[in-house]
Amino acid sequence: MSTLLEVEHLKVRFRSMGALRALMRRVKDPYIDAVCDVSFRIGRGETLGLVGESGSGKSTIARALMGLIPSHGGSMRFDGTELRGLSQRAYKPVRRDMAMMFQDPVGSLSPRLTVRSLITEPFRIHGVRDRDMDAETRRLLEMVGLPAGFAQRFPHQLSGGQARRVGVARALALDPRLVIADEPTAGLDVSIQGEVMNLLAELQDRLGIGMVVITHNLNVVRHISDQMAVMYLGRFVEQGPTEEVFHRPRHPYTEVLLSANPEPDPDAKLHRVEARGDIPSLAHRPTGCEFHTRCPRARDYCREVAPALSSAAPDHTYTCHFPLEADAKERRLEA
Amino acid sequence: MTHPAAAPTRPEAPRDAAAPLLDVRHLSLDFTSPRGRIHALRDISMTVPRGRIVGVVGESGSGKSTLAYAVIRLLAENARVVGGEIVMDGRDLLTLSPREMRGIRGRRMSMIFQDPMTSLNRVMSIGQQMIDIQYRDPISKAEKRKRAVEALRRVGIPDPEDRVNGYPHQFSGGMRQRICIAMAMMVEPALLLADEPTTALDATTEVQIIGLLERLQAEIGCSILFVSHHLGTVAELCHDVVVLYAGEVVEQGSVRDIFHNPGHPYTQALLDCDPGRIKEKTRRLPTIPGVVPSLVGDQVPTGCIFKTRCPHAFDRCDHEVPPSYAVVSGEVAPDAPHTARCHLRDAAEERRP
Amino acid sequence: MVATAETTRSEQTDVRGDSAWVQHWKQLRSNPLGLFGLVLVVLMVGSAVLADVIVPYDPTQILVGPRLGPPSWEHPLGTDQLGRDTLSRVIMGGQVAMLVAVAALSVALSIGLLLGLIAGFGPRWLDNGLLLVLDSVRAFPVIIFALAVITLLGPSLTTVVLVVAITSIPVYARVVRTQTQSLSDNEYILAERAMGAGTPRILGVHILPNVIGPLLILASMDVPLVIALEAGLSFLGMGVRPPTPSWGTILNNGYNYIQNSPWPVIAGGIPIILTTLGFTFLGEALRDIFDPKLRRDV
Repeated sequence: MSTLLEVEHLKVRFRSMGALRALMRRVKDPYIDAVCDVSFRIGRGETLGLVGESGSGKSTIARALMGLIPSHGGSMRFDGTELRGLSQRAYKPVRRDMAMMFQDPVGSLSPRLTVRSLITEPFRIHGVRDRDMDAETRRLLEMVGLPAGFAQRFPHQLSGGQARRVGVARALALDPRLVIADEPTAGLDVSIQGEVMNLLAELQDRLGIGMVVITHNLNVVRHISDQMAVMYLGRFVEQGPTEEVFHRPRHPYTEVLLSANPEPDPDAKLHRVEARGDIPSLAHRPTGCEFHTRCPRARDYCREVAPALSSAAPDHTYTCHFPLEADAKERRLEA
Repeated sequence: MTHPAAAPTRPEAPRDAAAPLLDVRHLSLDFTSPRGRIHALRDISMTVPRGRIVGVVGESGSGKSTLAYAVIRLLAENARVVGGEIVMDGRDLLTLSPREMRGIRGRRMSMIFQDPMTSLNRVMSIGQQMIDIQYRDPISKAEKRKRAVEALRRVGIPDPEDRVNGYPHQFSGGMRQRICIAMAMMVEPALLLADEPTTALDATTEVQIIGLLERLQAEIGCSILFVSHHLGTVAELCHDVVVLYAGEVVEQGSVRDIFHNPGHPYTQALLDCDPGRIKEKTRRLPTIPGVVPSLVGDQVPTGCIFKTRCPHAFDRCDHEVPPSYAVVSGEVAPDAPHTARCHLRDAAEERRP
Repeated sequence: MVATAETTRSEQTDVRGDSAWVQHWKQLRSNPLGLFGLVLVVLMVGSAVLADVIVPYDPTQILVGPRLGPPSWEHPLGTDQLGRDTLSRVIMGGQVAMLVAVAALSVALSIGLLLGLIAGFGPRWLDNGLLLVLDSVRAFPVIIFALAVITLLGPSLTTVVLVVAITSIPVYARVVRTQTQSLSDNEYILAERAMGAGTPRILGVHILPNVIGPLLILASMDVPLVIALEAGLSFLGMGVRPPTPSWGTILNNGYNYIQNSPWPVIAGGIPIILTTLGFTFLGEALRDIFDPKLRRDV
């Protein structure tokens, strides 16, 4: 598959304090690294799932890709064009080809606009005037399975699932080639989650768009994404084909995440691997392997030396000194 | 743990070991709204046995949180109980004066909420808040403080002697929820109401909190009413399950009965929808088609509440409200009665698929 | 949950609905107090606009009739100490009051809006700088500031307008700034930026309409304050110069003769009360309508 988006060694930093205060306290580097050395690629019609807990930097990657926040290193090539360093003006056409859906289904819709205005907003922003807006409204609403009459509703008159559909319609209005979905199922009931995932999958199959799905919900990632990446403190700790990562996780954090996903079955008391304590602050990153403070397998070595990138297969990489064995999980399930 | 000093008259209720701790009988509750009365809860009957964790599951708008708030009587101003009773310790909580109810809250029952930040006072230290809630106890401040430290240790806060002086914003979300649990459990209540206590937390923190609740319940022996939309946590934590749909109990029973042998089509559909149960990768996840019916005024459907979305609905569902039918369980001696309000469970309808 | 199941007939196919303004009007119609406020406001504004046409007498003309006369068929609100028709003076006074209010508030609103948007959406340093200026202006006591300006420029209608405008700007600018800042934190603003919308579009289409409602409501509730300030200054003899009638001067004159006749004071006081009530009721109704969260489905 041809590459649509290629990100290499992306780095995003945030200021941790004002310039004046940093000067007064003699802090030389008043920044925290929100995203560190992240690389991935997405082909047409492919989906990458970004998984991690809150504060892991998954939404930051999305915002950096959309040019909403500046990035500080590496490269982001979309269809061959380098996105880093583009001015806001130069970013405008990029935002036509790359669309983003935000977390809050209702809160990401401008409250004073009707659904009709909301889903035709991209046409107005990008000066597309040669289309019949009534017809476009009907086409988009039909595409996401909403009755045409919804065009006159306001966001607060929509349920979460309906608002999410409006968000999908708006994202797809100008036929983007890449869609970034930030927690597409957040705040939705399970019965609606399926609807939204199905809609995204179906539209992707039909339109051949690439997708980045950001979520903390492993069940979502499993069904929608081809590739997945697990984030911890702004880094990818494991990355590979979804099925592979699910069945043969190598990084202990991946295993922790997988087993922290309670199954809706009272008898499925699977062997639980728990992480100790809380996620450390980005301002005080642990030394060595950054997961060692919570890792059930950590040894002294991990506290001192940061693990390099290793490969389990050409497309399955992880950063851990003492990875799980390929068949460890399967053995345990049998036992 | 409760001391009689500041207590108003609190008659010792007959403690029949077999009687459930909490017995909700035919509870109906409306909200008044500009568009008419919303019949949020209709004819809810459920029990919380002593020493058991009862999960209340349902989707948004099912009334599951309203039920918990009705039990502790902390409802919004536009709520009106229109029928039924909530019996605890032999008394109907709905008939108690506000003063009597205050005597029960924070003593016989306590509650934890979805967002621990909003249930803690952000300008007061954790220790001060934990000392304050012991205002009824005639012990010295130093002793109260010691108890606060112990309570924090019990819920797994590291260095409790030190952290007791901290303020809510200095703790992570998971730690804050632990503090709320410590405060709720410090009075060793008979009943803990938990309204989606893990929904706002990350997955790794969520399992920690679930484990904590499980352990504390076993230690204290209290009952927990656990409200959640997350089937996985309910399956893991709860002994019994009550399934709510659009303000009605559609099914209840032991957790195994509900998850392994669901008797109501809604429960079945809900379980089918959960992507956590689908092990094979699929691009087509099951859904429940249709929308939750309106509960405003006379728009509440007649007959079965689920009929508009039920794949098995037949003529009887249209006009006859299904009573609670016993569901024949696979288990020899089920530890909780398993009932479902679906005509398909009527012995007379057994011939149907 | 509740809003989902119902669909009206037209909703099935029609992609265009009532415009927002039609919906606002429908809501106002169903609010009795708001409607009452609207009637009062229309009455006051209408009589002010048409004052020159509808006054029965020249308000400055000294008549031969009784002085301090009680209400009669010829003079519904009686006459003042010089024998002038009080009703005519009240109507003309209303014109002055409205003129001051409208002029001062429009100046304050437009400048306040502009400064507020810049401070709220612009870079941090600009925000800090503007805030410093605005707060300095606001820290000055209104009445002292008014007296200072009047001493410098002399009492006149323009001076009153200027004083009211300048002292109101910081209030509006602050409100707009705070509103703008909290709105720009919303996810839908981020969503707009992600779609490629520029600053003018975000400010004009997504922030301004959300700011303008509360601002207009604030302003409509300020109208009585401005009128009272004008009346107060005129009462003290530092506002509108005689013989131009103003509610304040009517009160002032009447006050001197209150033991002879209460009518001039009543006639000058009632319009102030009615205007205050009218604008307050209308303002509160508008607030209910413009807050989309409180909006009831029509």
